[in-house]
Amino acid sequence: MSQPFRLNKEGLINRNKKISFTFNGKKLFGYEGDTIASALIANGIHLVGRSFKYHRPRGFFGAGVEEPNAKLQVEFNGHSEPNVNATEMELVEGLSATSQNCWPSVNFDVGAINNFLKMFFPAGFYYKTFMWPKSFWYKIYEPFIRKAAGLGVASIEKDKERYEHKFEYCDLLVTGSGPSGLASAYAAAKNGAKVILAEDKPRFGGTLLTDDVSIDNLSGKDWAEKIISELKSMPNVTVKNRSQVFGYYDHNMLVMFERVSDHLEKKSKFTPRQRLWYIRAKETILSTGSIERPIVFGNNDTPGIFLSAAAKEYMKVYGVLVGKKPLIFTNNDSAYETALEFKKNNVEPIILDTREEHSSELIDEAKSKGIDIRFSHGVIVANGYKKVKSAKIGKLNKDKNSFEKIEIVDCDCICVSGFWTPSVHLASQSGNKLKYEEKIDAFIPDKKKQHETSVGAANGSFTLEESLKHGFENGSNLSAKITETKTEISIPNVNEKKYGAHDKFWCMPLPKNENPKRFVDFQNDVSVSDIEIALREGYRSIEHVKRYTTLGMATDQGRTSNLNGLQLVSNIENKIVPEVGHTTFRPPFTPITIGTIVGREVGMEYMPTRKTPMHEWHEKNNAVFVDAGAWKRPRYYKEGNETLFEASKREAKNVRENVGICDVTTLGKIDIKGPDAAEFLNRVYTNAWMKLPIGKARYGLMLREDGIVMDDGTTTRISENHYHMTTTTAQAANVLSHLEYYLQIVWPELNVNVVSTTEQWAGAAIAGPKSRDMLSKLYPDLDVSNEALPFMGYKEAEFFGVPSRIFRISFSGELAYEINVKSDHGMFMWEKMMEVGKEFGNQPYGTEALSTLRIEMGHVAGPELDGRTIPSDVSLNGLVSKKKDFIGKNSLGREAFNVESRQKIVGLIPIDRKSSIPEGSHIVQDQNAKLPNPKLGHVSSSCWSVENNNPFSLAIMKDGKNMIGKKFFAVSPLKNKSIEVEVISSHYVDPEGKRVRS
Amino acid sequence: MLYIKCPYCGLRAQKEFSYGGDATVKRPNINEEVSSEDWDNFVYMRKSPRGKHIELWQHIAGCRQWIKVQRDTATHEIFQTAKVTEEIR
Repeated sequence: MSQPFRLNKEGLINRNKKISFTFNGKKLFGYEGDTIASALIANGIHLVGRSFKYHRPRGFFGAGVEEPNAKLQVEFNGHSEPNVNATEMELVEGLSATSQNCWPSVNFDVGAINNFLKMFFPAGFYYKTFMWPKSFWYKIYEPFIRKAAGLGVASIEKDKERYEHKFEYCDLLVTGSGPSGLASAYAAAKNGAKVILAEDKPRFGGTLLTDDVSIDNLSGKDWAEKIISELKSMPNVTVKNRSQVFGYYDHNMLVMFERVSDHLEKKSKFTPRQRLWYIRAKETILSTGSIERPIVFGNNDTPGIFLSAAAKEYMKVYGVLVGKKPLIFTNNDSAYETALEFKKNNVEPIILDTREEHSSELIDEAKSKGIDIRFSHGVIVANGYKKVKSAKIGKLNKDKNSFEKIEIVDCDCICVSGFWTPSVHLASQSGNKLKYEEKIDAFIPDKKKQHETSVGAANGSFTLEESLKHGFENGSNLSAKITETKTEISIPNVNEKKYGAHDKFWCMPLPKNENPKRFVDFQNDVSVSDIEIALREGYRSIEHVKRYTTLGMATDQGRTSNLNGLQLVSNIENKIVPEVGHTTFRPPFTPITIGTIVGREVGMEYMPTRKTPMHEWHEKNNAVFVDAGAWKRPRYYKEGNETLFEASKREAKNVRENVGICDVTTLGKIDIKGPDAAEFLNRVYTNAWMKLPIGKARYGLMLREDGIVMDDGTTTRISENHYHMTTTTAQAANVLSHLEYYLQIVWPELNVNVVSTTEQWAGAAIAGPKSRDMLSKLYPDLDVSNEALPFMGYKEAEFFGVPSRIFRISFSGELAYEINVKSDHGMFMWEKMMEVGKEFGNQPYGTEALSTLRIEMGHVAGPELDGRTIPSDVSLNGLVSKKKDFIGKNSLGREAFNVESRQKIVGLIPIDRKSSIPEGSHIVQDQNAKLPNPKLGHVSSSCWSVENNNPFSLAIMKDGKNMIGKKFFAVSPLKNKSIEVEVISSHYVDPEGKRVRS
Repeated sequence: MLYIKCPYCGLRAQKEFSYGGDATVKRPNINEEVSSEDWDNFVYMRKSPRGKHIELWQHIAGCRQWIKVQRDTATHEIFQTAKVTEEIR
């Protein structure tokens, strides 16, 4: 097994460790330290995918985050991931990669017919074509677009991996470990600052790994290693590789994506796959470097065409040749380094330089090594379908708009360089308005809005000397402000090659009668002609051009295409680039996995699970649970093969006939203490509270300031200045905040304290005609007669040796009590109740039976108190005091709340006494009326009345009080039901409320 | 994510707070007559300024205190935070 394009010595890979993998089913191998891309290129494979729109063959173009083409479906460690960047993903044993967006194979792709129909797929094709006829949308257009959309396939398997979030704080965050980043981190660390240095790649050093430079007589790579090992030894420094800072948010919070274990063959069960860091940095150094941009020419997307720096990186880092007959096509000096590297490895390159003949340090060196340099030359069009075979090159005239000579040269790769674009994404995200720097034809950061400083190439300085100087100075100054320590560091001596000026040239003209595609954006198949069309059709704003043509969109976010697109627009529009402006940079800088965003908040950990102290008992006794906020509440206790309907009917019936117990721990409980507690309650509730005696409970209703009912519940006066408030389960947190708001902000003069005691008490309701008998057995020494403990009475007593509170309150409408004991005694209480209750026919009942009981009694709950009802709507106006002021009182006088036909709660029964009415049904006069059928109200709660053995519902109905006895239809288009109903009183059972007082 | 200085607990992440709206609104006094117009203004009318704004936040996952925060609604810059009993100007 030999790798035809692997160099013998060069590279930073571990040649002692072979790694096998497959690509499109073919078995291949690479070395530890390879990426998928470098291993494939070493094996001579360039065709990796098909383009998005035209299904043109595509190969590798870059060597890192800039890669627009090589997105693969990759299976490894048991998961399948789409759109993996082959130039970033490290090779691991057993990895299997396949090409995307092609069928049946990347070699023979049926979709490539689009390429021959390309005249029919211009910019805005989708917008223009799928407009009409309207009826085609669902059946033809949408399925077609869905099939064509996207590249890879998302897995439908559950992700078994572990992801984590981490919160970190530091003085200085350095994003990127190139020369300026290393210098910044080092200087700040020496000042004693808490530093985080983040590097996106597996290896630290950035361009120091590939550039032919020396620092203090060390090679760039060795110097980087020395600095990194020193930084790692310092306790105030965190050094992270494989970590991409991808977002810059408010108040200097940056978010970083760490690939913790994707590159590991074996890892512990608890090692996360990836980790998301939320980093709050006092200062941020953006040393994100720059990305080379291409020059645009015909068929410039053919496999075998690379960015020149990428070709160099493949040689220097991976020991891989991207070709053996390279053409170097450049407008600047940096590509000469790539040519020299080829030459060093005994490969003869030809350099095509768009500039006129001139000299510089690098040009002279290339000349002296005998490299074939052709000035005023460029590639017109690349030939070859699945791989570059030759290139039509031309000598440019003086104006560089036509050719003096055209010829064809053989080549197997083209390395193109159109100069460098600073990576200003993070700076822009931070709010920095960028400025256009004429000298480098690119945008650089300008005025800062947050604590960020761009250094080195990210700030437009492309020499090593300047980058190091910037880094050391800024790292030192920024950190000194924080640590108030300044350690002098001498800036090292640098040896680097001097670059001449670049040529402001970015797109090759075409000879007459030739019209190959010249791509500006590879990932979205946006060509020069597409942008021309967009402008011709009147799109002017660069943001509009972007959306119309899709220029700069998708996973690579136009890293290699944005500036060329801008140049094109500015040329056509005759504007300078800064006038055209740039599109918005948004996070994430590189794609991140959904798993990382979700972190550990998945499944059971999605939110906390609240369980009552009696939960285990419910579990053991076949409770079927329902979520009530974060709480788990028994919905019903299943006996045998019972359905929900059967079980809840049985449980409710037993309460009506005998006695049942219900776990009511989840009700919100708020302890209220202080000399002004009564006054406070009097303001919070609509009814009067000043005269509630000690040892008595009262039902209370609270409103929002707009007069809408907020919550209801009972509050009990425990002692002179001590009250115990209960709220509904759902509103517990809101009510507490509401009380705190009024006590802290509106009436700070009231001497009252409130605190949640929901979790301090376990509660059980005992309800039913036999509940008093059962209570007297539970409290043998206590007088529980109707006289001693009347309705709304309260007593404290020992429950088999445990302190307890007894409230005579009822939600079921039956004679009922609620017992509270400290949470730790909850299970003891419950088991005791089950034991003692046996002789009375006691059964536990769940929330479904509880609902049945309250609905047929006409007691309102969440579905009626839905944020749209005022007290009179739910027949609670008797609780609204006319004598005193309270929260929301002034709103109750509003005209709309007092019109004659105001909505009101009513009861509904089906005419046939059999059909259950779906909750949410609309009440209409005529079920066959033309749409929109006027809605008279809606069904809020439904149950099967166990008392009357037929369905019963509560509804909120317009002019409800005058509707009793009338007939309507309850229609539910969702359930496809229409039921004829009769309106009756909402109090279906025991309307006088005799039972609770019995 | 904002970084909010609770006057009681110090700098904390936005996650720990919940938003409470305009802090300059004053509720009409309890037990005092109020015109419909004044009441409606209190319940419904809120300014939505672009720029400096004093608002209420509650340190809900911390000390549970309501606090005042002076924030730029466009840039999210926080100029000052204070206890509700203190003035921000």
